[in-house]
Amino acid sequence: MKPAPFAYCDPQTLEEALELLARHGEEAKILAGGQTLGPLLNMRLAMPAVLIDINGIAALEHRRADTKGLAIGALTRQSALEDDADVGALQPLLALTLPQIAHRAIRNRGTVGGSLAHADPAAEWPAIATLLGAELIVQSRARGTRIIPVQEFFITHLTTALAADEILCEVRLPPSAPGSGYAVLEFARRHGDFALAGAMARLTRDAAGRLRDPRLVLFGVGKRPERASCAEAMLAGARPEAGLFAAAAQTAAGETDPYDDLHASARYRRHLAGVLAGRALEQAFARTGEDGHA
Amino acid sequence: MPETSASGSRTIRVAVNGTEYEQSVEPRLLLVDFLRHDLGLTGTHVGCEHGVCGACTITFDDAPVRSCLMFAVQADGHRIGTIEGMAEGETLHPLQMAFWELGGLQCGFCTPGFLIAARDLLARNPDPTEQAVREGLTGNLCRCTGYQSIVAAVLEAARRLRQAPQGKAGEP
Repeated sequence: MKPAPFAYCDPQTLEEALELLARHGEEAKILAGGQTLGPLLNMRLAMPAVLIDINGIAALEHRRADTKGLAIGALTRQSALEDDADVGALQPLLALTLPQIAHRAIRNRGTVGGSLAHADPAAEWPAIATLLGAELIVQSRARGTRIIPVQEFFITHLTTALAADEILCEVRLPPSAPGSGYAVLEFARRHGDFALAGAMARLTRDAAGRLRDPRLVLFGVGKRPERASCAEAMLAGARPEAGLFAAAAQTAAGETDPYDDLHASARYRRHLAGVLAGRALEQAFARTGEDGHA
Repeated sequence: MPETSASGSRTIRVAVNGTEYEQSVEPRLLLVDFLRHDLGLTGTHVGCEHGVCGACTITFDDAPVRSCLMFAVQADGHRIGTIEGMAEGETLHPLQMAFWELGGLQCGFCTPGFLIAARDLLARNPDPTEQAVREGLTGNLCRCTGYQSIVAAVLEAARRLRQAPQGKAGEP
């Protein structure tokens, strides 16, 4: 099992990479961490004529935190973020989620941008971006920079709004509101494997104890991660009384459109989604408070 | 800018277990095949070749990675560590000793990957719980042991490493 031959370029600047991509177009593939593209090449499911290895572009590994939130360079390794206590403090959802992404040896190589651009519906980064309302910064030689809101970025299974000549350069996450509680729960046969179903929640309460701007995302149960908008509407402005989270979780499960595959039936996935959503809401609520996650 | 054609090759310089090598490789050569075939370092094993089994785990600039998911050309200018560099001469690393004594291996195919992953786990967490060891090793598959003896060996090695004087052989 060996990759088919390919021409190899390793540009050291983004400009060079964009130039190569403009020249080779559909013939070329961008190689970031290679934790998904690697298997596809080895199994010859992908046979690009040209591989553009962007690992040498240090400018894509930046991190920037300001009042507008956290900007993360696309080439940032999962483990680099996982080990950065400042990142976890700024964005508690990342501290909770990063250790659940695959395994350490994969996180040492795998990148934030690679996961977002690949758009696996069961992967964590598309769900994080969806829940937080991220912006994706993409560039091409022909059209310069575009800022794509997350709701326009993920189109369907493994398909994004990225054009063939564009590179995803950065993801911007809005700041975490003080006192927000987060939770992420996945069900997988083995820790670190792709989840059969997953739920992420963010809850914030106002001074009167009412939920403000609740977010609930289910992933691995449809063509892309989706906010459970009907469930969110039930939660918004409500006081969390007995049964509210269970009812919202049931509604959220009903909003999913899961699929059958050899790992699980659609019905089982929807059931898991409901159970995980309920637990995620309970956990997130327990973590709400003055200073974010407990 | 540097570009190597599909039929061309490129010269890379790479430090493996502290030894410098200079070698010409074609772009599609997997790092694991470079280590095994070009350098003769056959301790790193080729299992699934798609990043699932962990048998090919090495260190790349001191961090564990799958060597089946990297190309040799990407190692140019970098530092590689393989299982051949784990023992100090004839003195086995405490993890290797514990695997031997507690039956942490049977056929041995997965063992190099487990040892590299476990060494990194203990470097980051010298006193892990059993659950932390299990979670830390989920990226490696073993089809013989049922994992019990591997987990026991890692916990025992952790205990010995915590007791060992600083800077002794086998420091993770």
